[in-house]
Amino acid sequence: MSKRAYVNIVIWALLLTVPAWLPLIGGYTALASRILIFALCTMGLNLLLGFTGVMSFGQAAYFGLGGYGAGLILVHLTSNMWIAVIVGTLAGGIAAVVLGPILMNRRGIYFAMITVAIGQIFYFVAARWDSFTGGQDGLTGFSRMPLHFGSITVNLTAVPFYYFVLFFFAIGAAAVAMLLNSPLGHTFVAIRENRRRAAFLGIHVERYIWASFGIAGFLCGLAGALNALQNNFISPMDLYWVASGNFVIMAVLGGMRSFWGPLVGSIIFIGFQDYVSSIFPNNWETFIGALFIIVVLFFPNGVLGIIRRKAKVA
Amino acid sequence: MSAVLKAENLQTFYGKSHILHGVSIEVEEGELVTLLGRNGAGKTTTLRSLVGLTAPRQGKVEIFGQDTTHWPAYKISRLGVGYVPEGRKIFPNLTVLENLSVPMARPGRWTIDRIFELFPNLGERRNSWGRQLSGGEQEMLAIARALLLNPKLLLLDEPSQGLAPLLVRDVFRVVASMREEGISVLLVEQNARFGLDVADRVYVLNDGEVVHSGSARELAADEQRVRALAGAGTEEGESAVAAQGVTTA
Repeated sequence: MSKRAYVNIVIWALLLTVPAWLPLIGGYTALASRILIFALCTMGLNLLLGFTGVMSFGQAAYFGLGGYGAGLILVHLTSNMWIAVIVGTLAGGIAAVVLGPILMNRRGIYFAMITVAIGQIFYFVAARWDSFTGGQDGLTGFSRMPLHFGSITVNLTAVPFYYFVLFFFAIGAAAVAMLLNSPLGHTFVAIRENRRRAAFLGIHVERYIWASFGIAGFLCGLAGALNALQNNFISPMDLYWVASGNFVIMAVLGGMRSFWGPLVGSIIFIGFQDYVSSIFPNNWETFIGALFIIVVLFFPNGVLGIIRRKAKVA
Repeated sequence: MSAVLKAENLQTFYGKSHILHGVSIEVEEGELVTLLGRNGAGKTTTLRSLVGLTAPRQGKVEIFGQDTTHWPAYKISRLGVGYVPEGRKIFPNLTVLENLSVPMARPGRWTIDRIFELFPNLGERRNSWGRQLSGGEQEMLAIARALLLNPKLLLLDEPSQGLAPLLVRDVFRVVASMREEGISVLLVEQNARFGLDVADRVYVLNDGEVVHSGSARELAADEQRVRALAGAGTEEGESAVAAQGVTTA
């Protein structure tokens, strides 16, 4: 068995058994759900950042839209959780696909600035449109509904909800893995490495960036929908540029060149947030910031980059 | 015979620097044409102007009868134009197989299997990273990548650059064999020996202008003329020995 297959089996085995072992090391299952949710959106972002080589600093827009999509549908239309997740995913994804053409011809910092600007537009709409989104107070009035499988009804308390999230995380991760092993994924990497080279091989670079952006939007929309269901709440802060920055930090911390980097980054970030903020409630971000600087300066390939290098030496 | 490539009066700039001062060249169907010239003569710029990487400010490029002067590179490529840039420029963080999955392959005779027949080394190293390949293997990969487009016209920029003499011979054997495949070739070379050996016709560039054009054989026979026109290349002892190899092999 290849080393990669072995690593994958270990990771999935650990993820499947989280409720059994996480409490033993001082965690709780809802924390793991949060980690998966943020890891999923970061995987989407990393498709852009790490594999296509374009800087999206506004990924929270699609995360937040996914949340509002799921929340609004539960408030107004249905109590079906699956539909809520699907609507949230579509909200994030379709927004990204529609907005992609504005971005796809821009390069580098211009691309980044426009993604931030678009994100801020959504933030202000959500924050000001009180009657529809709940404004600054956020959207409430919905909660996780039980799932019905035939005659069996499952109440989504912490542990069942974790598996609900893990189910969607697995779909998202499998989709990204398949994508990265396909010619489409290789083309994304080719664009990252050199746009001109890709262009004279017949690649319409802009269209591929659009595709990458759209796919990332669907993943972040899905994660955002799950996030709203996790909290039974969604607020404009989930659309704010700071939230976008957090996703970038997670991607960089974990390792942008690695498939599992976003999960590792999310574990570190959410773990820090949970643990350090209980000791330093007002300035836990200082520690994340310091860690971020150290990683960027000394370990540009993130934590997974360090582990990989160690594994190679050993 | 009809021209597959026709460039008229190309005036190309990099910012304010005027690089090409009215270059006109033609490649007929099935022909192998070499573009010779000293370092900095504008050879690479000419190729870049032809494939849409640096559009000329004036002049006209016609490929397969279509005006492609201001087309983006990907569109020109899809017409069936393969471009192998200087310095190989493969994708270092993709494996050999993955590198070959990137081109917008057009249906035709060239498939990955056939590529591995032509370049058995690449087949053996199909799962190696691009960056792990030797210079010769990278050149082969760059050519292979262009061939998957099933080009009718292939533009090669200094394929011999930085390669050991033996490898140069292999590369030129492949280049020469393109003619049998019915592919028209425009080859840029600094090394006049190699360039003249394989070509039907030749253009010599100097300071962004065509200073000579004509039959490759005629020019090859006149060594002094070659030296005067194209400068270096003939004097490079080692390469000249390898060039002998091309003719005898």
